[in-house]
Amino acid sequence: MSWVTKTLNSTLGKKLIMALTGLFLILFLTGHVSGNLLLFKGDGGQAFNMYAKFMTTNPAVKLLSYLTYISVIGHVIYSIFLSRQNKAARPVNYSTSKGSTNSAWSSRNMGVLGTIILIFLVVHLQGFWAQMHWGQVPSVTYDGEEYKDLFLIVNGAFKQLWLVALYVISMVFLGFHLSHGFASAFQTLGLNHKKYSPAIQTAGSIYCILVPALFASMPIYIYFTSY
Amino acid sequence: MKLTLKIWRQKNAADKGGFATYTADQVSKDMSFLEMLDVLNDQLTEKGEDPVHFDHDCREGICGMCSLYINGKPHGPQQTTTCQLHMRSFSDGETITIEPWRAKAFPVVKDLVVNRSAFDRIIQAGGYVSVNTGGVPDANEIPIPKTIADLAMDAAQCIGCGACVAACKNASAMLFTSAKVSQLALLPQGQVERKTRAEKMVAQMDAEGFGACTNTGACEAECPKGISITNIARMNREYFSAVVSSENV
Amino acid sequence: MILDSKIPAGPLAEKWTKHKFSSKLVNPANKRKYDVIVVGTGLAGASAAASLAELGYNVKAFCFQDSPRRAHSIAAQGGINAAKNYQNDGDSIYRLFYDTIKGGDYRAREANVYRLAEVSVKIIDQCVAQGVPFAREYGGLLANRSFGGAQVSRTFYARGQTGQQLLLGAYSALSRQVANGKVKLFPRTEMMDVVVIDGQAKGIVTRNLITGAVETHAAHAVLLCTGGYGNVFFLSTNAMGSNVTAAWRAHKRGAFFANPCFTQIHPTCIPVSGDHQSKLTLMSESLRNDGRVWVPATVEIAEKLRKGQIKANDIKEDDRDYFLERKYPSFGNLVPRDVASRNAKYVCDEGRGVNETGEAVFLDFRDAIKRDTRKIIEQKYGNLFDMYKQITGEDPYENPMMIYPAVHYTMGGLWVDYNLMTTVPGLYALGEANFSEHGANRLGASALMQGLADGYFVIPYTVGDYLAQLAPTKVDENHPEFARAKEEVKQGIERLLKINGSKPVDYFHKRLGKIMWDKCGMARTEIGLKEAKADIQALKKEFWSNVKVMGTNEELNQTLEKANRVADFLELGELMVDDALNRNESCGGHFREEYQTPDGEALRDDENFAYVAAWKYLGEGQDEELVKEELVFENVKLTQRSYK
Repeated sequence: MSWVTKTLNSTLGKKLIMALTGLFLILFLTGHVSGNLLLFKGDGGQAFNMYAKFMTTNPAVKLLSYLTYISVIGHVIYSIFLSRQNKAARPVNYSTSKGSTNSAWSSRNMGVLGTIILIFLVVHLQGFWAQMHWGQVPSVTYDGEEYKDLFLIVNGAFKQLWLVALYVISMVFLGFHLSHGFASAFQTLGLNHKKYSPAIQTAGSIYCILVPALFASMPIYIYFTSY
Repeated sequence: MKLTLKIWRQKNAADKGGFATYTADQVSKDMSFLEMLDVLNDQLTEKGEDPVHFDHDCREGICGMCSLYINGKPHGPQQTTTCQLHMRSFSDGETITIEPWRAKAFPVVKDLVVNRSAFDRIIQAGGYVSVNTGGVPDANEIPIPKTIADLAMDAAQCIGCGACVAACKNASAMLFTSAKVSQLALLPQGQVERKTRAEKMVAQMDAEGFGACTNTGACEAECPKGISITNIARMNREYFSAVVSSENV
Repeated sequence: MILDSKIPAGPLAEKWTKHKFSSKLVNPANKRKYDVIVVGTGLAGASAAASLAELGYNVKAFCFQDSPRRAHSIAAQGGINAAKNYQNDGDSIYRLFYDTIKGGDYRAREANVYRLAEVSVKIIDQCVAQGVPFAREYGGLLANRSFGGAQVSRTFYARGQTGQQLLLGAYSALSRQVANGKVKLFPRTEMMDVVVIDGQAKGIVTRNLITGAVETHAAHAVLLCTGGYGNVFFLSTNAMGSNVTAAWRAHKRGAFFANPCFTQIHPTCIPVSGDHQSKLTLMSESLRNDGRVWVPATVEIAEKLRKGQIKANDIKEDDRDYFLERKYPSFGNLVPRDVASRNAKYVCDEGRGVNETGEAVFLDFRDAIKRDTRKIIEQKYGNLFDMYKQITGEDPYENPMMIYPAVHYTMGGLWVDYNLMTTVPGLYALGEANFSEHGANRLGASALMQGLADGYFVIPYTVGDYLAQLAPTKVDENHPEFARAKEEVKQGIERLLKINGSKPVDYFHKRLGKIMWDKCGMARTEIGLKEAKADIQALKKEFWSNVKVMGTNEELNQTLEKANRVADFLELGELMVDDALNRNESCGGHFREEYQTPDGEALRDDENFAYVAAWKYLGEGQDEELVKEELVFENVKLTQRSYK
């Protein structure tokens, strides 16, 4: 085994991959949520649709999107590796265990939270991302240029109460996942310092509420305002 | 006080084991938890039953030999070692569940006794400064800033009891391993072997079959010596920088 | 028989250097042909095993704990002495030597003690190089404190866990040699006997505590680093597993046992709370630097206190008797351990003890808190106060602490010569297991020093001198003596298992402890000791007919382990009583009430008792033979200790 594979196969190597992919996905979420804020613009979806086109055609964004796919897949696969290792490390369980007295619920259930988010992701991608790439999306023309009217699709989708509910609930899970994941990634990378860690903790606490809340506000907003 | 004890009994490593229930009456609040078990054992012996086996030695909270997973927590409800836990932490009529540490790397030997030699092997992999007896410089030739010496001492306090592994949902030995890596990484004496030490100790930790760290912080919360998980971050740092820069291929 | 202590000739300060030079050396290429067994992995054992392996010998290291890191050296709190004179306050090797000899009440060998002081400075260097995080000053250099009433600051420390840090240092050196393949480790293995062939120690018999397998191990030399025998008192500050078995079995194979009656009682322990008590917890002696020891001035007040009618804080200043300050105005609360302990006993015997059992005195920090603020006291003693609160449930910041003396250390042990060799050639005893350096009383922070001195800096030279005289050929484990010793061990175990009486082992151990504590403890009398001897003999008989040991040999059997150890304690207890009876004087930890000054201080008899009492085992049920090693003092003048 080369030193690279040896490192990546070590527990810490696997954790490194989890942390790096996790942090990249946090960056992705930040971009994603900021772009999607255009939904609130109230311009009939023009800005949003133009943004959607930009995101699917710009080569730099393309590269980023591949990195995002890799991160998602890597994050999932390595979480499976780690979960299996962790399960094997304790073949016989305790009959009574009071984890709640020594750690946060979310930190102990990252796998469960992650799985729910993954299921959500499949629904989400199928509903919008796949539509945008390969689906039948009506077009709309701004200034003589043709755009796919993703805004219409989004509006249509979020008229369904169940889907709105699914999104909102999923965002709650995402919030919990991030509430641990954000600071945890820094800890795994070894970035723990008396001076800076409190700031990271605070940023994590704000992020894990703010970003999912913004995401969740979108379907709700659309549900109540759509025409 | 009168208590119901649900204790894990297992004849040997090969036995499947299971819980047995005992009643302990006339328990005094001033007894230590282990003294309560001593009394139970004397009663069992007089009745002709095999006493409950558990590890313990110094009973001062420093040797790290006592263990026990009590009511869902390593070393019981207080952040201390089991030998320092007193019955005043329990109330009359309570049922107390006592289990051994559970980890693949800590196989049960008998009843509540487990084998923690994995920890010794982690230290043997590099938890030392390679100096022979004699031929060392005068102690004051190596000045060490007080803050650094204090941080090293914080990490060095580990008693190797294994509560971190027991508390961790993944049975991870990161806190134990990182405490030693940290101590020696902080001190000037540890610099020479710094990289190799981090690599070897982490490799041994993996080879023993411990789980990974999810950064839940349970280990730190349960550690009787309050070893901080900042040591884990430090070890990660040490390890990552070692693997990319050391001469060990 | 004349005991040859092999003290080298010449001036005191040159003895060790000369001796090292005249010791024979083993050729470096031949070292790997010699096997050395080290029993016990505390400070002495771990440091010896590591150092010998570094030199190239093949070492087998044994401990009964699950890891060598758990040996009871780990529990030492206060610190380690060394004559570094880093503080420029007048310390020197000679002063440390002098203090140790005097503190030991002139019952130790000058040459040994001087060597101890001499190598003490190297210990600190060694430990620092290993990464032991000693306390430091802001300038980055090592910090020192004065300890146990010493007039200079020569004690190095690592918070309140000096023993732990030193042991982990030695353990790391040992672990390194395990990784190198030079040390083979046998945890959870108890030594059951020494194998002596043609008068020389050639191996040991062990019991694997997990499987019960009785096994033999051959070697050219056997080092016993098995600690003290304080658990003969049942209640002591020793670990639960600390035992005399290895030393005692060696004694029965021909190693003389020296000064067994010299036991140290530590004044600041947490008092006994009831019959269930399994061990006593020591709190560092440093507490006496700021705490004031007192009891109520009258028995009446003490009674009210015991009945709970009044609280300690209700007692007026005039009704408090600060007895140490009153009797010893110049040393006050900082008098040596034996003096502090004995005086606590006296006031409790008078009926002025302060807890429910009447066996406790106050250690009060009220005035120190008033003087220095609570914060300062917290910084100094926070962990000790927490520990006290954890165990007793009382807050020592609000109410005075209660303390009582407890057995802490045993100065006696296997007799060894200057080379640390017992009377059985090839069999060595190191650390607390031997009798040597502390005389009749050990000074604070000197136990760690001795353990590491023996292991790091003495034995690597002296064992080489012995091995160089042996042929570098494997010791034959097929020699019939191995089989015979193994068979005897098996029979001993079987004998215990067969009794199937009605009482658990602890029942006997507790009774033995009570006899020893009451009659061979802090103060001893001829009548009491004679009673004790008869009591122990009767108890021993009862033990061998009525003890109940559950289970079998072929499994982890903690009751069997305990039974084995208690059987040996019963025999040792009798020898301690004999030794105390023989020593018609008071010195250090041995206080015979018949021999005291008019104001109640220990009265030594240098004319008749300036000797080491070494006892030779003669056989089951027979009184042992006393062999004297006269102590010669060429450098110090014997004076009466006075702390007035």
